[in-house]
Amino acid sequence: MSEKFDCIVVGAGPAGISCAYELAKAGVNVLLIERGEYPGSKNVMGGVLYRKMMEDVIPEFWKEAPLERPIVEQRFMMMDKESAITVGYKGMEWGQEPYNNFTVLRAKFDQWFASKAVEQGALLVNETVVLECIVEDGKVVGVRTDRPDGDLYADVVVLADGVNSLLAKSLGFHKEFRPDEVALATMEIIKLDKKTIEDRFNLEPNQGTTIELFGDATKGILGTGFLYTNKDTLSLGVGTLLSGLIKHKIKPYELLEYVKNHPMIRPYITGGEPVEYLAHMIPEGGYKSMPKVAGDGVLVVGDAAQLVNAIHREGSNLAMKSGQFAAEAVLLAKERGDYSEAALNHYKTKLMSSFVGQDMKKYKDSTHHFDKFPQYFDKYIPMANKAMSQMFTVDGTSKWDKQKKIWRDVGTAREKMKLARDAYRAWKVMK
Amino acid sequence: MSEKKCQTIEEKQYLVRFNADTKSHLTVMDADICLNHCPDKICTIFCPAEVYKWEEIRMHVGYEGCHECGSCRIGCPHQNIKWEYPKGGHGIVFRLG
Repeated sequence: MSEKFDCIVVGAGPAGISCAYELAKAGVNVLLIERGEYPGSKNVMGGVLYRKMMEDVIPEFWKEAPLERPIVEQRFMMMDKESAITVGYKGMEWGQEPYNNFTVLRAKFDQWFASKAVEQGALLVNETVVLECIVEDGKVVGVRTDRPDGDLYADVVVLADGVNSLLAKSLGFHKEFRPDEVALATMEIIKLDKKTIEDRFNLEPNQGTTIELFGDATKGILGTGFLYTNKDTLSLGVGTLLSGLIKHKIKPYELLEYVKNHPMIRPYITGGEPVEYLAHMIPEGGYKSMPKVAGDGVLVVGDAAQLVNAIHREGSNLAMKSGQFAAEAVLLAKERGDYSEAALNHYKTKLMSSFVGQDMKKYKDSTHHFDKFPQYFDKYIPMANKAMSQMFTVDGTSKWDKQKKIWRDVGTAREKMKLARDAYRAWKVMK
Repeated sequence: MSEKKCQTIEEKQYLVRFNADTKSHLTVMDADICLNHCPDKICTIFCPAEVYKWEEIRMHVGYEGCHECGSCRIGCPHQNIKWEYPKGGHGIVFRLG
């Protein structure tokens, strides 16, 4: 099958499908290659899909896409071993059009999304691994697949091959990632009937909650846990930097069991039946780990370009936006008949001046900072829990005396200075 | 589930559908490194599917249960694991998440 396409997109996730969708819609002859049995069969995420970036691709998608629940409440739990400080926001504006975000199950959602790209005219080929890019005179001209006679040619190749990003690596666009540039997340889908979910999370039908878990959920290692409501399942997961698991010699599935059995979590999932277990990596190196994203005849999008905002649990939305920008660059290149790096760099310019690039830059030092100074997770969260417990436990001690004790418990004058400095530093890397 | 109950990795893996290839997509390149130069054998700890198991003198690679996450390739302190994708359509098949 030595065929020639206008464009080949490698990987049918949010980035690749968005790109293929836009190109097909514009009449471009585009091939979308997926290594799994179907799109979504290799893909995992906690489950939050943001409405805005999806709507930018398919208007009013919520009327037909396989979604779980629109999220009306987002909570954050700062956990100690047997306690938690919870903050959150719940708003009814999120429960109606145009919505803010939805939980989704990726195996269902990605299949549907890919089928929409096919409706537009994209050619989807499943069960096909791209082994390498075909490079001629320093220019990417196609891909070599694991099919017999599997060389395929195109004017431009879009690499949407996910977090491992092996193809961009083989082109020399980035080095192998380090264990502190990726997080390893494990997750379980837990079956529970609708009514029980709605009772436990204080929801009306067709409303959902997300809870992010900090502190003891990762035993103080840099990372987060999450508990999201789907229609008749819960998604419960935990992710930490791979370097953290290595340093502390922790088995990821044992950490997941620890979260499941945590007294702040267990009541939510009691009686539920685990129906699937999933593991996946998340690119968390941020801006500084981003590879080169445009070359002669090639673009890199989504996770493959490390486009994740770990602080705000955003990824699929950045992926979709990058896929759209890539499509735009391909269309421009096609119009001019110029697929050189200089021409395709339009993608990089658009990406970096959009919210995607801006947010990547804003948080460029955050993962590294919280990795370098573990006290935020393993010291200050327990300290805050203890302070709350002391302040709200009525035992005949005056509130002034309680405040004095809490302040004393922070430690020596030097430790108090350190706390102030750490607070300033945290503000600085997040501002 | 009111009492503390821990599910084993075997029980978790039982929930997953695999369409295993007949050939491994994971290869330990130099067995001697695992045997003589890697006292921690940390891949046996951080692999989320317990694909790597140390058996006396050699590393057993249970590729059939691999989630294809890529952690072992990045986390091996000796870069001793050759990591490829399984043949198209093979390997793990997520049905939900």
